[in-house]
Amino acid sequence: MSTKVCLWTLDHPNPASLETYVANGGYSALKKILAEKTPAEQIIEQVKISALRGRGGAGFPTGLKWSFMPRSFPGDKYVVCNTDEGEPGTFKDRDIVQFNPHQLIEGMVIAGYTLGARAGYNYIHGEIFELYQSWEQALDEARAAGYLGKNICGSGWDFDIHAHHGYGAYICGEETALLESIEGKKGQPRFKPPFPASFGLYGKPTTINNTETLASIPWIVKHGGQRFLELGKPNNGGTKIFSVSGHVNQPGNYEVPLGTPFAELLEMAGGVRDGHRLKAVIPGGSSAPVLPAEIMMDCTLDFDAIAKAGSMLGSGAVIVMDETVCMVQALERLAYFYFEESCGQCTPCREGTGWMYRVVHRIEHGQGRPEDLDLLMSVGGNISGRTICALGDAAVGPVHSFIKHFRKEFEYHIENKRCMVGD
Amino acid sequence: MTLLTPESLAQIDREIAKYPAEHKQSAVMAALRIAQTEKGWLSTETIEYVAEYLGMPAIAAYEVATFYNMYELSPCGRHKITVCTNLPCQLQGAGDIAEYLKKKLGIGFGETTPDGRFTLKEGECMGTCGSGPLCLHNNHKMYTRLTPQTVDQLLDGLK
Ligand SMILES: Cc1cc2nc3c(=O)[nH]c(=O)nc-3n(C[C@H](O)[C@H](O)[C@H](O)COP(=O)(O)O)c2cc1C
Ligand code: SF4
Ligand code: FES
Repeated sequence: MSTKVCLWTLDHPNPASLETYVANGGYSALKKILAEKTPAEQIIEQVKISALRGRGGAGFPTGLKWSFMPRSFPGDKYVVCNTDEGEPGTFKDRDIVQFNPHQLIEGMVIAGYTLGARAGYNYIHGEIFELYQSWEQALDEARAAGYLGKNICGSGWDFDIHAHHGYGAYICGEETALLESIEGKKGQPRFKPPFPASFGLYGKPTTINNTETLASIPWIVKHGGQRFLELGKPNNGGTKIFSVSGHVNQPGNYEVPLGTPFAELLEMAGGVRDGHRLKAVIPGGSSAPVLPAEIMMDCTLDFDAIAKAGSMLGSGAVIVMDETVCMVQALERLAYFYFEESCGQCTPCREGTGWMYRVVHRIEHGQGRPEDLDLLMSVGGNISGRTICALGDAAVGPVHSFIKHFRKEFEYHIENKRCMVGD
Repeated sequence: MTLLTPESLAQIDREIAKYPAEHKQSAVMAALRIAQTEKGWLSTETIEYVAEYLGMPAIAAYEVATFYNMYELSPCGRHKITVCTNLPCQLQGAGDIAEYLKKKLGIGFGETTPDGRFTLKEGECMGTCGSGPLCLHNNHKMYTRLTPQTVDQLLDGLK
């Protein structure tokens, strides 16, 4: 069986329990660094060697991000975990919280120790409220066992973690919107700079990482950065959880080494639904450009290979579409999502997402005009790079890539006022 | 008399304790959620009460209540069913499930049955796509892998 960094507890009965975690070496990395008083630089060095890249979407090197934190700044500092998983297609972080909560706790505590933080918050997507409750139970267990709270493992060092929930706003996955939301405000992204490392939660230095990123930390501390790196490929260390959804026989999470061929992942997910052919794949969550089957079947799953193929590994959400999918209809639903979820602060995003949705909507409903495709390209071009946060670009990615790769279908819709696919 | 029950207030106090003493406002999202769970929806009076309890301006609490989709600012059915219709769920049959629910309840998205029993809503991705089609009941309980049969069972159980 291949190594799993995050979802290994699923191979055990009672995957989420503290007993399962501890019986398999859980919390030993934390105990070791506390007993040995491992210098923070040494931990950051290992994270750098591991080539762990942020699992939340941007793939930013975690070791580098951690090195930006002003650790010797005398006041409060925070570690924040981003479990606001709302990027359509992504459902991996929920499984970490549900099935391996203690590894995430250990990762956050190690991050707190390394970055000199006083407390941590885990921001949990509102719609998975049942996991907000189970996560709080796991925190209680960890406190009772001495892994969290006051005098952790008898070291004299205090660090606590709390849960904060969202309540239905995709934009709160964006790190600065998330901070505003923890402060009890509307989730509207902040201008950057300043970056959270200097001005974060309550204006204090803050490091924000994705759930899967933080849950990988104990493994790296325990086995060393080099071994983590070797699980994947150069510049793409470790395993990665891929959330496979859509037209496959077994949608679900599959944790495989970075660099695994897409064809292998597809097979693990039971292949394209019986009797159908692969048409297109969105490889990294709805914000990632779509790729046609031919390109995707030749791709390996790592940040660099997917970027080279013209898309993004993003959050590792692989949305599989077979030949029955009307690309105009699929795009209409995504365009609606970005329009609905724009926070409205920047004019190009607020107006542009609505405009793009209305144009795709009219094409889908037989009222498209010949100039609409050029219009969509130009509206998109006017959003990109002109907004406070990356939601603007995220909304443009699908529009441009659907038209680029499936232009004929859009043209057919406009000309014939109906769909090329199916009916 | 307070507007919320002692149980709700105790829950809110537990949320407040998570944040630095000078940042009670951080608990507003949880406090509004707790208030809504008790009252069914958030009236202006309830929002103002929560704001006062947290020592924040009422307008700031109102902004939060209007920004996040899961707060209800007008009365809604006893059972709110929110169906995810985003693309991954749609590929797995959410469109059919949504149609089935609409037909069975005789209402569209955003509507409430005349007897006040059900409200139907369209939701965005709930981060559980692998188990779609799915829905949320009253914001907090998720039902996955829906089929017409399991929808029937679910609705029958909600009085
Ligand atoms: C619109 C938008 C939504 C996002 N949603 C999420 C999310 O749900 N989860 C997440 O971890 N990161 C999300 N991100 C990325 C975060 O801003 C941030 O980069 C990430 O949490 C950093 O963690 P990492 O470096 O460990 O990946 C989102 C970004 C944008 C622009
Ligand atoms: S790009 Fe869109 S979502 Fe991001 S801050 Fe601007 S308006 Fe809000
Ligand atoms: S698309 Fe429905 S839960 Fe993600």
